[in-house]
Amino acid sequence: MAVATQRRIGAPVYTGSRIPQPTPSVLRTSEEALATGDVLTVNFGPNHPSTHGVLRLIVDLYGEDVTGVEAVIGYLHTGFEKNMEQKTWWKCITYPERIDYVSFQNNEYVFVAAVEKLLSLEIPPKATWMRTLLNELNRIHSHLVWLGTSALELGAISMFWYAFRERETILDLFELVAGYRMHTRYFQVGGLAEDIPRGFFPQTRSFCDWMPKAIDDYETLLSRNKIWLERTEGIGLLSADDAIALGQSGPVLRASGVDWDIRRDEPYLAYHQVDFRVPVFPEGDVYARYRVHIEEMRQSVRIVEQCLDRLERMEGEPWIADDRKVVLPPRHELHTSMESLIHHFKIVTEGFRVPEGEVYVAIESPRGELGCYVCSDGGPKPWRVKFRAPSFVALQATATCMSDALIADMIAVVGSLDTVMGEVDR
Amino acid sequence: MTTPAGGWESVPGLADVKEAHGETTLVVEPRNLIDAATYLRDELGFGFLSDVTAVDYLGWSSKGVSGFIGTPGGRDLNRPMTQGYQALPEAKPKRFAMNYHLLAIADHPQRVRLQAWVEDGEPVPSVVPVWPTADWHEREAYDMVGIQIDGHPNLVRILMDDDWEGHPLRKDYPLGGEPVRFSGEE
Repeated sequence: MAVATQRRIGAPVYTGSRIPQPTPSVLRTSEEALATGDVLTVNFGPNHPSTHGVLRLIVDLYGEDVTGVEAVIGYLHTGFEKNMEQKTWWKCITYPERIDYVSFQNNEYVFVAAVEKLLSLEIPPKATWMRTLLNELNRIHSHLVWLGTSALELGAISMFWYAFRERETILDLFELVAGYRMHTRYFQVGGLAEDIPRGFFPQTRSFCDWMPKAIDDYETLLSRNKIWLERTEGIGLLSADDAIALGQSGPVLRASGVDWDIRRDEPYLAYHQVDFRVPVFPEGDVYARYRVHIEEMRQSVRIVEQCLDRLERMEGEPWIADDRKVVLPPRHELHTSMESLIHHFKIVTEGFRVPEGEVYVAIESPRGELGCYVCSDGGPKPWRVKFRAPSFVALQATATCMSDALIADMIAVVGSLDTVMGEVDR
Repeated sequence: MTTPAGGWESVPGLADVKEAHGETTLVVEPRNLIDAATYLRDELGFGFLSDVTAVDYLGWSSKGVSGFIGTPGGRDLNRPMTQGYQALPEAKPKRFAMNYHLLAIADHPQRVRLQAWVEDGEPVPSVVPVWPTADWHEREAYDMVGIQIDGHPNLVRILMDDDWEGHPLRKDYPLGGEPVRFSGEE
């Protein structure tokens, strides 16, 4: 398949394709192995500490070799998409955050961005920069959770405490901004829900000063740790061709040597105005995915600093678009202006209308391409909302990555795909 | 969004091209889907299937939608749906739409939506041979919306239970809920 040739770095991880046939997501035990009568089928999950939620894997074992694997999902299906069809547009914003509860602000943003695209609404610069900043803080947060839990599963317990220490700091920043530590619902259609609170900039600055040192600490603990290297190097191989054919995105794709990042290649928000590097590693194994995550955290800190530089000069600028048909009027006007009161009442009770049409917006969430398809019939509720969840797609690669793995590698492989089950099952 | 050098006309079985909100939608007949998909992948470089979305349009444009629509410049009084006038959404050719969101990973990346329309029970050919990632996406379309996928290697429910009845994301699927028992009840 002649795809993405100009975007590939490094030698191919392996030749040919390892995607199982005919079903790409199911690795079947060969007839010869079954004929030995020594193949044991084990049910791994849905409730297991290292499945990142409720993932069930049906694993065929021949000794310690994995000969077959099938992922079964759906245990956390809560019908977010159906629910969103019953709610007005502005009430829907709370749902995407709960779909991927580790990268809530990216999810929140992609839905808001899709609605804004249908409305062709212009967003004030302050809101754009603040959204960029929060999306990057959220990326660090998500990578920290990934790093902590994945290392924990491979026995590096202290990593978990270190990673969650910095995660606390980030959650404190979110709490300062939005009043909530998770599921902040800080993005409104048109901009931000509130102005940036006093004290946010210095506190974020001190976080940015601290974070690179913390990342150095993580690297000291893991990057040249013999146990970590043996558990991750050469494990869970995925070539660039297979990664693209399987729709992999984000860190998994970049760890397979494909130089692709939506933030840089299809810029949204303020990403075309900030300077950052996209880490790409060609090895295609679990260790490469770890390296991508670590490097991305460093780059995210750089982006946050650049956003701070801009935002500190935007004191007093508007944080939300001035469009009274979509955006709630300022609270103080409600006491003096009849028109504002009517607008407020209409938006809150009936919801604003979004013109007829369908859009697909894709952003680079911490896990990869997060897409949001939104269809409107012109009414106050969405006709259809669909999320392209990067974790859902990543799990399909389990069978390919596990094609020559041992049972102990399975934990490392599934962990390295960075799945959040809330997003897989929606 | 740029059009390829020869335009979209060279896509086999192309029925319609729509441009809206800066996005291109290529409409094909379901029987031509595999040809169009293979052509888009091999000739135009759309090697990456982002997403497959099935939409149920039951009840679409059966009643008018009214209200105010905000626009960047405020409100256009002469536009339908402002001042409470009703507008009827544009009718759709069939009940279900299958949308395939494609991406060309290149120096000038491109996105396109491949769309096929089907009635209830009318099969859509599986694109798993073209893009292996379609496996779970198509299972989800079958599970949630009840699209019949022809030639899928493993078409079973993915999110709902194996013995579930109905397809929850259809518009005629009852919302229902658990019956609530009050303390005074028998």
